[in-house]
Amino acid sequence: MNILAYIETADGKLKKSALEILSYGAAIASQTGGQLTAIAIGDVQADELAKAGRYGAAKVLHANNDKLKQYVGQAYATAVAEAAKNIQADVVVLSNSFSGKGMAPRIAVKLNAAMADGAVALPETGNGFKVRKTAFSGKAFADVELTSKTKIVTLVPNSYKSVEQAAAGAVEAFSPQINDADFAVKVKEVVKASDKISLPEAEIVVSGGRGLKGPENWGMIEELASLLGAATACSKPVSDANWRPHSEHVGQTGLAISPNLYIAIGISGAIQHLAGVSSSKTIVVINKDPEAPFFKAADYGIVGDAFEVVPKLIEEVKKFKAANS
Amino acid sequence: MTKKSFVTQGIQYIINPSDEIALTRALELTEKDGGSVTVINVGDNSTEATIRKALAIGATDAVRVNAAPRDAFFVAKQIAEYAGKNSFDLILCGRESIDYNGSQVPSMVAEMLSLPAVNSVKSLTIENGTATLDREIEGGKEVVTCPLPCVVSATEGMAEPRIPNMRGIMSARTKPLTVAEPVDVENMQQIVSYDKPQPRTQVKLIDAANVAALVDALHNEAKVI
Repeated sequence: MNILAYIETADGKLKKSALEILSYGAAIASQTGGQLTAIAIGDVQADELAKAGRYGAAKVLHANNDKLKQYVGQAYATAVAEAAKNIQADVVVLSNSFSGKGMAPRIAVKLNAAMADGAVALPETGNGFKVRKTAFSGKAFADVELTSKTKIVTLVPNSYKSVEQAAAGAVEAFSPQINDADFAVKVKEVVKASDKISLPEAEIVVSGGRGLKGPENWGMIEELASLLGAATACSKPVSDANWRPHSEHVGQTGLAISPNLYIAIGISGAIQHLAGVSSSKTIVVINKDPEAPFFKAADYGIVGDAFEVVPKLIEEVKKFKAANS
Repeated sequence: MTKKSFVTQGIQYIINPSDEIALTRALELTEKDGGSVTVINVGDNSTEATIRKALAIGATDAVRVNAAPRDAFFVAKQIAEYAGKNSFDLILCGRESIDYNGSQVPSMVAEMLSLPAVNSVKSLTIENGTATLDREIEGGKEVVTCPLPCVVSATEGMAEPRIPNMRGIMSARTKPLTVAEPVDVENMQQIVSYDKPQPRTQVKLIDAANVAALVDALHNEAKVI
């Protein structure tokens, strides 16, 4: 199968999810005897495009002009759909990110393709095309069979491991035909906490709940997160009370995440919260209530007061880092 | 054991949370600037109680496309069909459903109608035929503008859902609810099976006095730090 991977960048560099998408696309190409082409849009550094070629893309298409410097979903989708037609792609893979989720359904309509969102594993391609995805906010998995000629798959960040390869693909400029109407959405301002690690892509997440009693107590959460190179998150009551921004809310009505390590502090573990975090690989729960339901969904637990346990944990992580640096 | 469908018996259906946010914002906008709010749903007649709730909250009228919502493409096609034949300034949707979490319908509808779309929107204001929106992005937000008509998908923060009052509930009974027949859509996908994630093994409790053991376990056993 011919695979097209749309790779996302930030500040000219490939996002972590881009490497996962490339490796995922390369694996589908290799299991079906095809080739992977990557497409990047906007300002991307030359060495980063070359890097895409080392993660399994035989060819890296780069589309850039003044209008494409900022993400406009409609225009980007047109570019990706055109590239897919050019290379006669059988499968188009994107990240299940905010941008990917905006573009993929448009590409599906343009190519009359069936779409599987939120894939968590490689498709089975032996007989047909079947892919596993999350459903019911992480409470279940669904295996979906796609029967259209072209297929669209969006991959959940952190669910496929990226692998660098020996071969290096070539970079090629690509000039898609995009109508002005596709640029109707205009970006006025990008507000980003640049020093922070993006929550959906983070490998480690430190999360706080109502047990922390107030926003003034988040200092230790931030400190622990920064020591671990982690993103910070929170439960719904915390974002509802405006202790933390909505963008940090993980759970059924917030973000669903799948980090390697999720540390829940002062969160009881309501089913709606568990839905958003249950696909984390390792879960640590710190709660003073031994009956908190979260302990049943955790790998490691400490029954204790967060205000005593977390400062100790910070000290231990410091010691660990000193010993392992 | 794998299953092809789930048991719906005894389930109390609700308006999808982010759709409820979208509905509330639509009402706020029409209260300010005039106009009407039409609610559309693709479902069999079991969804009518939920549609009536949307009317009780304040929608002007409703349309139910009489079909089981097979997949996102199918649903988007039905909505695009209706919205294309009637003229709307704004198509507001929820960010995603909390059952299938696809978040596909809004952008599909937009593409089918050749309209611009903005997804995961936390704030929406409209002035002189142009929408100004805050859209969620990884690690922050983006402020964008978009001319009407357009498609917007709502997330938390755009509005606080309303609880219908008695007057609303009474008037909802007589508000128009039209039933439309679906258009044909080629079937390109099906769910083969569902299953539940592997349950976690028993939690390992670590003494609060021995936090070092947690760091050790995360490094040597779980190998995540």
